[in-house]
Amino acid sequence: MGNEAPRKPNILVIGIGNAYRSDDAAGLIAARRIREQVSKCGSVIEHTGEGAALMELWKDAEPVIVIDAVRSGAAPGTISRFDAALRPLPASMFRDSTHVFGLAEAVELSRALKQLPRPLIVYGVEAQNLEAGTNLSPAIEFAIQTVVERVLQELSQSTPYSQT
Amino acid sequence: MSKQPTRTIKVDILARVEGEGGLYIKLKGDQVQDVKLKIYEPPRFFEALLRGRNFAEAPDITARICGICPVAYQMSAVHAMEDAFGVKVDGQLRALRRLLYCGEWIESHTLHVYMLHAPDFLGYQDVIQLAKDHPAVVQRALQLKKTGNEIVTLLGGREIHPINVRVGGFYKLPTRSEFAALAERLKWARDAALETVRFVASLPFPDFERDYIFVALRHPDEYPFNDGRLVSNGGLDIPISEYEANFVEEHVEHSNALHSVLKQHGAYFVGPLARYSLNFDRLSPLAQEAAREAGLAPVCRNPFKSIIVRSVEIVYACDEALRIIEQYERPEKPAIEIHPRAATGYGCTEAPRGILYHRYRLDEDGAILEAKIVPPTSQNQKTIEQDLGQFVPKFLKLPEEDLRWQCEQAVRNHDPCISCATHCLRVEIDRG
Repeated sequence: MGNEAPRKPNILVIGIGNAYRSDDAAGLIAARRIREQVSKCGSVIEHTGEGAALMELWKDAEPVIVIDAVRSGAAPGTISRFDAALRPLPASMFRDSTHVFGLAEAVELSRALKQLPRPLIVYGVEAQNLEAGTNLSPAIEFAIQTVVERVLQELSQSTPYSQT
Repeated sequence: MSKQPTRTIKVDILARVEGEGGLYIKLKGDQVQDVKLKIYEPPRFFEALLRGRNFAEAPDITARICGICPVAYQMSAVHAMEDAFGVKVDGQLRALRRLLYCGEWIESHTLHVYMLHAPDFLGYQDVIQLAKDHPAVVQRALQLKKTGNEIVTLLGGREIHPINVRVGGFYKLPTRSEFAALAERLKWARDAALETVRFVASLPFPDFERDYIFVALRHPDEYPFNDGRLVSNGGLDIPISEYEANFVEEHVEHSNALHSVLKQHGAYFVGPLARYSLNFDRLSPLAQEAAREAGLAPVCRNPFKSIIVRSVEIVYACDEALRIIEQYERPEKPAIEIHPRAATGYGCTEAPRGILYHRYRLDEDGAILEAKIVPPTSQNQKTIEQDLGQFVPKFLKLPEEDLRWQCEQAVRNHDPCISCATHCLRVEIDRG
């Protein structure tokens, strides 16, 4: 990545999470599975979700797809999809981050500084268990596979992104 | 006095602190009856996870405790292991470890100074509002932080959770030429750090000081990162191996993070204020000059001014990083040889937020039998609570919302990393 002229797809997929926080690892695991598929035309990064570093990562990429575990009160495994370039992320959903300056804040700071990639798609996977541990809840395991498929499908249609 | 009303201040989720926790303050009239900082605790989980693992895995496993200060965990882990196996890493390898630490301090302090703490003083809800009025200030912050990232990426193998650190040294060493571009950016960063000190020195500070017991490392020649004796302004002067004989951890009901106390003294205070106040004479001349120009005395007891101290430490980290790079000669081997033996090893290094203590008991093959990790934030819990106990009565006349804001700011002074001490902060002020 990084050699394409501007306006051509410069795909960046970021999986956010903590591998030692049970379902919080959902984004990391999804990213790992996606990496095998998109390594030739883009970057896939596993990340802790520290906001300033995210801003630096996505500054020159498009499209950008982020996958993170969320908690909104929905059923475990529920998948949400947002285009953060269009409107702010519901910050309360992304609060269970170890970072006070996390994804939702990074999106808004990028917007304030006019550095937001377009589009910036965020997939949220509703977590069930965020206690210390390395096991996934069954509903999350299933949801990860679904998110991987949806992201790959979205990327296969990525040409329109270059026109946004 | 007649019957006094009671009042509670609650902040369910403290904003702009790393991780999530809660604060509960109970007031009766103008008396603070109770202050509780409520937090949970992953290090205990990691201590259990480490049991049975090989010594070589400890730096990478413990690095996962925190996304902000993984280098600190790696450094305390490798020093503890090397202590157990009776080896000492010296020369350029030791210097590179200091360089890696410079990167982490620049990243972590810049994040706290600009993104988390400065908005408090300027009356902004957050850095996003700050960016709308002062985009150039925030851009400077992002570039400065990025320079820290670049050091960690070059030496650590990657930006977050560096993987190039091992017991005995590194896996791979950079060449002198790889440092050339970095050195140019560090020169810019050092100027940006000096600019940062001037910027934060102009902020308004509440008139609030406390007689803290400061605890930090102290080294004969250096401002401390990796090495030194544990000292305090109360006369403590011990080797790291005597940490547990002098500091004890207590369980308190409202926090899953154990509270640390210094025997015979109680609460103590670790982090930039302690480090600076105990080691001002070890700062580089440039950092000392920046502190003086900012109006800081060699000892600082106002926790709100920790934002200036952090900025001075960014200057120092840039200055020290440049010094190390200029003197760098690539060693022949990236690491010294390690021969495991059954032993107990102790490590304590200066994480951005203060001393981070590790102890490992190992068998003859180097398998970990027992691990103990004491992060800086859990050591500061009692001091944070005591700060609030003294701070809140001065601001009781404030409207509820403003009082809560001031309480949150008083907590943020300490840059608590609750994701280290724990994960998930909530402020309650109970007036009955």
